[in-house]
Amino acid sequence: MTIHPHDLTPGKIAESAACKVHMLDPVARFSLRAHEPERKAVADALELDLPWYVGDVAKTGETEVLNLGPDEWLIVAPEGQTDFASRTVDAPHALTDISDRELTFRITGPRASDLLTLGCPRDPDSIKPGQGRRTLFDSATVVLWRDGENDFRMDIWRSFAPHAVSLLALGCAELAAE
Amino acid sequence: MLLIRCPYCDETLPELEFAYAGEAHIARALDPSSVTDEDWRDFLFIRSNAKGPHYERWRHVHGCGRFFNAVRDTVTDRFLTTYKAGEAKPDLETLTGDAR
Repeated sequence: MTIHPHDLTPGKIAESAACKVHMLDPVARFSLRAHEPERKAVADALELDLPWYVGDVAKTGETEVLNLGPDEWLIVAPEGQTDFASRTVDAPHALTDISDRELTFRITGPRASDLLTLGCPRDPDSIKPGQGRRTLFDSATVVLWRDGENDFRMDIWRSFAPHAVSLLALGCAELAAE
Repeated sequence: MLLIRCPYCDETLPELEFAYAGEAHIARALDPSSVTDEDWRDFLFIRSNAKGPHYERWRHVHGCGRFFNAVRDTVTDRFLTTYKAGEAKPDLETLTGDAR
């Protein structure tokens, strides 16, 4: 059966003895681009900590900022807590609301990392707990956050989500059957 | 699968995260209107097609998104080095010396 993105609702997607996959509630997402000389000025104006190393995550209150590349950050905040977006920044930068572009899935359980290897060419264990990376999941670009040893979050473009969900659900069952 | 070191992420990652982007160190003329047709042809179409070490551009498209340069041996597919865009061409003799 074909799953459409609008059929996906927050809640349990798949669960087995090996791992669990849940879809999370919507959050506010922003893409921030700024060059290194402007990083400090932009961070001060937004009142956010912009991490310097690729993959590092900084938390300011409930707002998380992930460094995706040398000049690119992903900002995730609870819906309605996006005051930073209306602050005035004098330094050159681009701050874009991309909240609706992606859906987020939480992957937990003793074999969460093994489940991700079904689609990730990169070793998920190369991401340390507390970090995140942009990578691939079965040819779709995803942002993978590792919140704990066996606790991952995957942001995936909503049109690719049905495909990823099918694969995750299948893998969840297969890993438990081993 | 090739394993490529991204100089911006400082990690060695699978080829699938990267995209090839042609030969490196081909600079567009600073004053395009003064360039002859022959030079434009060379700039646009003529490539070295090296057999052996080849300077080329790659992009970490499913990662940090940055373009960088690499030296890859087109015979063995071995990456001799990767370096950030804008950095000078590494000396080939030191690279091939290291490889042996």
